[in-house]
Amino acid sequence: MKNLALVAKLDIRESTRSKWFFVYLLIFGGLMALFFITGITDSVVMGFTGLSRLLLIYIQVTIVILPIFILVTTVRSISGDRESAVLEYMLSFPISLRDYYWGKMLGRFVIVFTPVFLALVLGVLYGALFKGGELPWKMLLVYSALLFSLCAVFLGIAFFISTLVKSHDVAVGVSFVVWITLLAFIDIALIGLMLQNRWNDDLIISIALLNPMEVFRVGAISLFDPELTVMGPVAYFLLDTFGHTLFLLYAIVYPILLGFVFAWLGYWFFRKKDLL
Amino acid sequence: MIEIKEAVKRFLDINVLDHVSLVIHDGDRIALMGPNGAGKTTLVRSILGFYHLDSGEILVEGYDPIQKRVAVLEHIGFIPQMPPPIRLSLRELIEYVSKSSHVKPKRIEEEAEAMELRIADHLSKPFFKLSGGMKQKLLIAIALAKEAKTLIFDEPTANLDPKARERFYERLQKLPEGITTLFITHRIEEVEGLINRKIYMDLGKVVEDERI
Repeated sequence: MKNLALVAKLDIRESTRSKWFFVYLLIFGGLMALFFITGITDSVVMGFTGLSRLLLIYIQVTIVILPIFILVTTVRSISGDRESAVLEYMLSFPISLRDYYWGKMLGRFVIVFTPVFLALVLGVLYGALFKGGELPWKMLLVYSALLFSLCAVFLGIAFFISTLVKSHDVAVGVSFVVWITLLAFIDIALIGLMLQNRWNDDLIISIALLNPMEVFRVGAISLFDPELTVMGPVAYFLLDTFGHTLFLLYAIVYPILLGFVFAWLGYWFFRKKDLL
Repeated sequence: MIEIKEAVKRFLDINVLDHVSLVIHDGDRIALMGPNGAGKTTLVRSILGFYHLDSGEILVEGYDPIQKRVAVLEHIGFIPQMPPPIRLSLRELIEYVSKSSHVKPKRIEEEAEAMELRIADHLSKPFFKLSGGMKQKLLIAIALAKEAKTLIFDEPTANLDPKARERFYERLQKLPEGITTLFITHRIEEVEGLINRKIYMDLGKVVEDERI
């Protein structure tokens, strides 16, 4: 455990100096600033206004940017270390593969989660203090939990890709395919199946709910719109099957579990396959 | 002691290690030679537990490098041919080494001083920003400070100037008797005074094993 904490600590320190982390900070910190400057909190679109509007926009942005950022920077860093022989040197010291792998994962989790979490908290605090309005505590807490889950699942997938694919370029390519598939292709394919093959609607929605990005999206929307009216008939299925609270719980727990399964599979390959 | 029994490692159906058997005794000073692709690096990486053998066995001080990597790596100091572009600062790298390998940072500093490298002046610098020679000196200092029973050097002097090379060889001559050293090298004349055994590999096999 001591070595696991050491690897995590050093990974955090190293990442905070890297250029990608600077860009990452700039994107999420800058986005929040941009939202206030452009007056998003004052706009009224589809009934959302004030801090709810801000959070809704933040969700739409994070759902696109966060997964790809986590995937690409993580696989680049690990596969890059393997190709440049950094991994060979660092693992020539008496440190267990368990400590190294999970330490890296812990360090990386802190690095990817903290900026988005802080941007969210600071944005909401600033909005509440300077723009007026009540602090949406419950929304902030649940949305933070959803962000935590989103980071966990994509970090798990990124570590899995990194250990399975040895080449740096291929790993980055696979990351893009995973991202675009979860972001858009699954939905398109499911709509196609539903229309062409007349698959059962419930089955289609159940498959869609295996997609962690979809789960995050619906979970986040349900914070502002508990009846999920913006989603149309799908809302009936979700609310009849789960109910609002249970669905939120599913939206938080399922991606964490899925991320852990991928991370564990990655660890299994890390132990069982050649390291270099 | 390192025992290698009928070790086979295949990449894409090519036997990179082809039934290699060797016993490396405590105190052996070995030059491991051979053309590119002979299997030297694969053999060293297998000893360090980076590769899973397809068949055969490697034991370092009685431990399997895959099953007991921590126990094995406590006994080995390794210096790669090219210093990798580690992004940690020198302070962080030394912390990693000292905590994982139970080496006092002071010992690393002393070994570096012996190689004419003053670590204190560069502690905040990222390792990859040092010059090639400085990086290599630090890696040598770390390996020597570890006081491992076996030292593995993969062309360790490639980045060193003649003076630093000389200092390095002088330091190696002062190593205690029971320490094992294994040099992967193409220039036997450079390590001639430091070795008592020559092993020559080709096409994944040990083709010559001569005591001097």
